[in-house]
Amino acid sequence: MTITLTIDGKEIVVESGSTLLEAARANGLDIPAICYHEATSPNALCRMCVVEVDGVKLLQPACILEAREGMKVQTRSERVLRARRTILEMLASTMDLSETDSIQEWFKEYGVDVQRFPDARPRRPELMDDNPMYIRDYSKCLLCWRCVQVCAEDAQYTYAINFSGRGYDTQIGTFFEKPIPETTCVLCGQCVGVCPTGALKGKREYLLEHGYTPQEISVMNTGRKKRR
Amino acid sequence: MSEFDLEPLQSAIEKYIPLGRSGLLPALHAAQQLYGWLPESVSIAIARSLRIPLADIHGVIEFYSMFTNKPSGKSTIHVCTGLACSLKRADDILAHFRDFRLQYDTPDRGFSGPVPVRRIETSPCLGLCELAPAALVDDQAETLIELDKDQYALGRPISIVYGTVRMLTSNCGNGTTLLAQYGGYSGLQKALTMRPEQVVQEVKASGLVGRGGAAFPTGIKWEGAAQAISKQKYVICNADESEPGTFKDRILLLDDPHRVIEGMCIAAYAIRAGNGIIFLRGEYAYILPVLEQAIEESRAAGYLGGGALDFDIEIRLGAGAYICGEETALFESIEGKRGFPRVKPPFPTTHGLFNLPTVINNVETLCNVPLILRDGALEYRRLGTEKSPGSKLFCLSGDITKPGLYEIPFGLALGELFEMAGGVSNGGSLKAILLGGAAGAFADSSSLHVPLTFEDLRSAGLPLGSGVVMVFDESRDLRKVVAGLGEFFAHESCGKCYPCQMGTQRQKEILNRLATGNPYPADIARLQDIGWTMTDSSLCGLGQTAASAVLSAINLWPGLFGLTEQNGYEPRQPGTDSVRAQKGKTKKPSKSAKTSRRPNRSKRAG
Repeated sequence: MTITLTIDGKEIVVESGSTLLEAARANGLDIPAICYHEATSPNALCRMCVVEVDGVKLLQPACILEAREGMKVQTRSERVLRARRTILEMLASTMDLSETDSIQEWFKEYGVDVQRFPDARPRRPELMDDNPMYIRDYSKCLLCWRCVQVCAEDAQYTYAINFSGRGYDTQIGTFFEKPIPETTCVLCGQCVGVCPTGALKGKREYLLEHGYTPQEISVMNTGRKKRR
Repeated sequence: MSEFDLEPLQSAIEKYIPLGRSGLLPALHAAQQLYGWLPESVSIAIARSLRIPLADIHGVIEFYSMFTNKPSGKSTIHVCTGLACSLKRADDILAHFRDFRLQYDTPDRGFSGPVPVRRIETSPCLGLCELAPAALVDDQAETLIELDKDQYALGRPISIVYGTVRMLTSNCGNGTTLLAQYGGYSGLQKALTMRPEQVVQEVKASGLVGRGGAAFPTGIKWEGAAQAISKQKYVICNADESEPGTFKDRILLLDDPHRVIEGMCIAAYAIRAGNGIIFLRGEYAYILPVLEQAIEESRAAGYLGGGALDFDIEIRLGAGAYICGEETALFESIEGKRGFPRVKPPFPTTHGLFNLPTVINNVETLCNVPLILRDGALEYRRLGTEKSPGSKLFCLSGDITKPGLYEIPFGLALGELFEMAGGVSNGGSLKAILLGGAAGAFADSSSLHVPLTFEDLRSAGLPLGSGVVMVFDESRDLRKVVAGLGEFFAHESCGKCYPCQMGTQRQKEILNRLATGNPYPADIARLQDIGWTMTDSSLCGLGQTAASAVLSAINLWPGLFGLTEQNGYEPRQPGTDSVRAQKGKTKKPSKSAKTSRRPNRSKRAG
């Protein structure tokens, strides 16, 4: 069964049960999203995909809102643009997004002032290099939750990582902040695969970026010794 | 790993093992009571017993502010630094307690350095606002603290009840909570003579709406859960009262627990639920024995635990998280998880606790239910107005002559309530009233004529919220009050959705600049963009209201914040009326706002 709705004045027909995000993307209309990933359960937490729906008071996340017959949706209204721009400006003041190309492009598209919030306290935890497989640089983490999800029910059922702290000071963490080799981590790499910002990165990639040659890396004991 | 004797832990948490993950918060409470804190070996033992991943346990301990994984003794003092207590020298009390009541010892358990035997912590609001300044010593209340007195008394807080009617508060302040004093559950008896659908209809006909702040029609909520098809359903009493300035549920639970229980019984009959849970905020642990005794009495009398109604109630204790007053975050907490709110829909009436149909009502809401059933909806509607029937509890605190709980019928003017409470204390004059709590909005003397009804307040752009009326006299620096609100929301944001996680932090930083008289140019445009974005796009009610009082203060007193349109101040939100206090004409962003968005670090205003 199909339904008909209007997005940005354009009438589109989609399978019933589609989300607004799926409906828009299937019709060549892009809605930005950060936390959304096809392989993980949607949490609608980044709110970048919010849109304005006629008759609904607050902005709605397109990644989970089901498209309904006759719905009228604006994906680029003044309110939507302000919310996206402000979220991006707050992200810029919080973490290091230098390796996230999509967000860098949105900075231009939404007219983001990356210095909008002077004297803001950023999140800059130290890089953690405690296992042979990957590094954890949470100064680049934007808390999309994907790594926690794939480590748990969305894929691996390993439960090595969860959260520490709360609110702005939330961070991805292990039990009592133990190094990865002392956790249940099986070094499957799923978390690295879904990380959108380079906060989690393969160790080899990281070392290559830091000027090590493949020969040097191959003889390196990247194991459990602490490297400073 | 063995510096702690884990033997007593096993017997303490044994009864929670059948609950599985849902037993986590009770087990952590029990463990912290035994050891004073939650060491690694204790966490591991709990994880093994309840079969919970270690990382998840860590995540839960880190989320709730009453749990700690830092070495500590068994005693904790929580000094309230909330809005009302701040007006009564809470900072001095905190400093005094740190000087005189903090105790260290040098333990022999292999820790480096001394460990506090007694910790001094702060709390963002203990719900003792009419008895400010206040603290919680372990789980007992210390109220109306006087610094020059060495003696102090601990216990349950007293109840101060005023008003013009005694419907909900008829048993408050009587000094007894015995079932014999309460009488039989006559509302429930009446309900049992009706069909469940008729009970739902009666509650719908009464016009009762939720008293926790969101004002959702109770009958419609019940109808949804009644129609949901499931063998198992839940009735939950939301007693996680933590909106700053609110203390009504504390008094209802302490002085009249049977009314709440009877309300839950009627709800259970109406939706055919077998399980009831009272989720009590952790800071109200002194109410536990009262509730437990009342539940026992109710079982003995045959109302609970099988009888005409196959329904029973258990109590769960929160652990310090304002967000758990949000209904879906409260479910997560009962399920033994971090209190992250869920995305809605689906709604609790079909997918609530454990994904089962659930009715969740505030304490005061449930207390209305026995009256509606006993007297009938028509009689109930004789009080109040057509659109706001019944009576309402208001929590008066701050610079007011007679702080306390006030029960009045809907429809009295704000000014009448204000006069009833003796006006501003110590002969001061009125500067501001905070309505609805931290998530509410400010009003000034120009709003005293507004009748206290949902409809009149709405058209005046003011919230009723949870019934908070906090008064500030002209000597108060409202910039500091607003900065306190910013502090509160930054502390309580769960961190799930981006607008609130970062917005509450940025809002706090800017409000602190304003409070110290050092704002940057265009700080106001920043505050408004953050505020409107949080209001418009946050995932749950916390973020959606985290800027409400701030924006209302900016609207009422722009000069106070050094704001003019030239430095980026927009009087109204463009394109929406979703911020209640901003209702009115819409306006395009002014040119000055756009050009002044770029901060100029070298030029500080003021």
